Amino acid sequence: MLITVDELAKGERAIIKKFKAKKIPLKLIEMGCIEGSYVELVQHAPFSDPLYLNINGTYLAIRKAMAAQIQVERI
Amino acid sequence: MSKQLKVALIGNPNTGKTSLFNRLTGLNQKVGNYPGVTVDKKTGVSNLSKTVKAKFIDLPGAYSLNPTSLDEDIAVKVLSDTSNENYPDVVVVVADAQNLKRNLLLYTQVKDLGLPTVLAINMEDQMKTKGISIDITSLEKDLKTKIVLISTKKNTGIASLKEVLLDHKALSLEPCFRYIEGVLDKRDQGKKKQKHRETIKRYQFLTDALNKSYTVNRDKATDLRAKLDAILTHPIFGYLIFFGILFLIFQGLFYWSEAPMDFIDISFASLSEWVKSSLPQGTFTSLVAEGIIPGIGGVVIFIPQIAFLFMVLSILEETGYMSRVVFLMDRIMRRYGLSGKSVVPLVSGTACAIPAIMAARNIESWKERLITILVTPFTTCSARIPVYAIIISLVIPSQNILGGFLNLQGVTLMLLYLLGFASAIMAAAILNRMLQIKSKSYFVIEMPDYRLPLVKNVVVHIIDKTKAFVFEAGKIILAISILLWILASFGPTKEFNNAEDIIKKEYVDLNAEDLNTKIAAYKLENSYIGILGKAIEPVIKPLGYDWKIGIALITSFAAREVFVGTLATIYSVGSEEEASIKSKMQKERHARSGKPVYNLASGISLLLFYAFAMQCMSTLAIVKRETNSWKWPVVQLVFMTTIAYISAFIAFQFLK
Repeated sequence: MLITVDELAKGERAIIKKFKAKKIPLKLIEMGCIEGSYVELVQHAPFSDPLYLNINGTYLAIRKAMAAQIQVERI
Repeated sequence: MSKQLKVALIGNPNTGKTSLFNRLTGLNQKVGNYPGVTVDKKTGVSNLSKTVKAKFIDLPGAYSLNPTSLDEDIAVKVLSDTSNENYPDVVVVVADAQNLKRNLLLYTQVKDLGLPTVLAINMEDQMKTKGISIDITSLEKDLKTKIVLISTKKNTGIASLKEVLLDHKALSLEPCFRYIEGVLDKRDQGKKKQKHRETIKRYQFLTDALNKSYTVNRDKATDLRAKLDAILTHPIFGYLIFFGILFLIFQGLFYWSEAPMDFIDISFASLSEWVKSSLPQGTFTSLVAEGIIPGIGGVVIFIPQIAFLFMVLSILEETGYMSRVVFLMDRIMRRYGLSGKSVVPLVSGTACAIPAIMAARNIESWKERLITILVTPFTTCSARIPVYAIIISLVIPSQNILGGFLNLQGVTLMLLYLLGFASAIMAAAILNRMLQIKSKSYFVIEMPDYRLPLVKNVVVHIIDKTKAFVFEAGKIILAISILLWILASFGPTKEFNNAEDIIKKEYVDLNAEDLNTKIAAYKLENSYIGILGKAIEPVIKPLGYDWKIGIALITSFAAREVFVGTLATIYSVGSEEEASIKSKMQKERHARSGKPVYNLASGISLLLFYAFAMQCMSTLAIVKRETNSWKWPVVQLVFMTTIAYISAFIAFQFLK
């Protein structure tokens, strides 16, 4: 079942399945956010925004709105 | 001697690229600007062997050569333009062993350019504890290059890197991966989809290469990150710790620098006295003793505070803590039209608004960035410190409160810092409503590993920034001090030239010493500067200032820190005694009423004026460059100075 990254619970891991390339900045893609990469929710700030993720070994933070554009499947 | 080899260092942010640069060049480096832009250009020289020297260029950190930021754009320009003065003979790509795949994306792009390219894999020291092993031979074959394992922390591998650089002619120029479209074709910039596909292809290539040569034993990874993040990014403790750190910085700023500042103040006063007594009397001696020395003293006096601030900021950045603060603050800042990344400019603004405004560059949304640029000068920069310090020590009693835990003077300074932040946030909220700018809002920030700061990096940073600040500010202050001295030592009128006779006639029965003081004061009042000060007195009188402070206000529109130096010069001209600036200000009385010029009402009024007013030409120039228009610096100047005048007016009228 596909969910979006912002729906992950803290510590949960998933595989990136697809995202709207238009809504995702190239920078994030270059940092390793591509189909097939794993993503783990490391920590969230209050109100789940922004989200602290581990994508393919790169630790980064993005806002909830962007995380909602990335579809993943739980491992 | 052969010609100097040019070596460019490039790498992702947080890979230790600058640490490597510092290891290679030591203090033998120069910071300049790239033509037309304000990205720091760092170059340095190092000996590769007894006969060969190399000039190293530390390019700005970049994730890729698809320029999405000004910093990355610079890197692309240097590496792709053969006529660029920094076009390298050989490139070193610095990569982090722990995140090799992402780091190598940039490597494959650089390699495509056909330059000899060496790969330096950093943090060798961490590989064992993180369970990483790399088959160098296999990877070298796939990437068609030489690989050197280095550790900038333990200072290993540097010699091997130098050897490879000496032998750079042996490196293959063949790309390791070729994508059909050229990487550097500018027309491609808009074609994001293509870039997206290309990036995926590059990642596929790297995944295949690393599957053969790179293994991580995940069980071995002891995780300092997880443990520290559990506390430092905690929804409650995270904030408490951040505010605790800010509190410590500002208390420390005042206490730890007090002794060296007093020492510098007194030393310059004695130096001035010594010059007066040992050089023959005359115009030159008084220019040195009354103009130049107090002027320079006004700059040197706040070196301790600037160095301390830059040290703290450098440590916060180096440890990786600053990114956590950005993460914690993003949502709160967004409410005011700012980004979490605005925290870096706002906190750095406590050192100097100029680098702070430049640090706003990595804010992705133009509106958030513009607001950050416009409000950063409200934060209490170090140029305000000498003004605050001297006014606070004059009008606020040094009293311990809360059972000796806090000092009233320290608390006042703390409040001024809070006022700076609060007004920045409030101004941001107003601008957020007013500005009708639609811009794509996105936010990506890397959360680097925690690490201990390298002493060398911190020291180099402090020296660099303090030096730049002192020399930049010093030039202006020295020029203004000399000009002031001239304006204060000459006058156009008969009153000025015949001051001695006039005063002697008026006060027949005064002793020689008092007579001299009266003459000096009368001369100053009728000098060029006195006339100028008197002209603006009506405007500033409602704020509680006299014409002498008026002069200091005028000169500090160039730079705030000139205030203290100006008063030092004004109060020195014609005065015989050796005294520190502070004691001279303490003795200053209103001519008619005999009341102290610096009392609580005028003191608070001055503090507020300096808290709000836009008095820094360099900041205005930077804002013009960063926003590419005169509109914003002008808006800033008018807006801030109006607030300053009104609040100083209200404060004085209430307190007097």
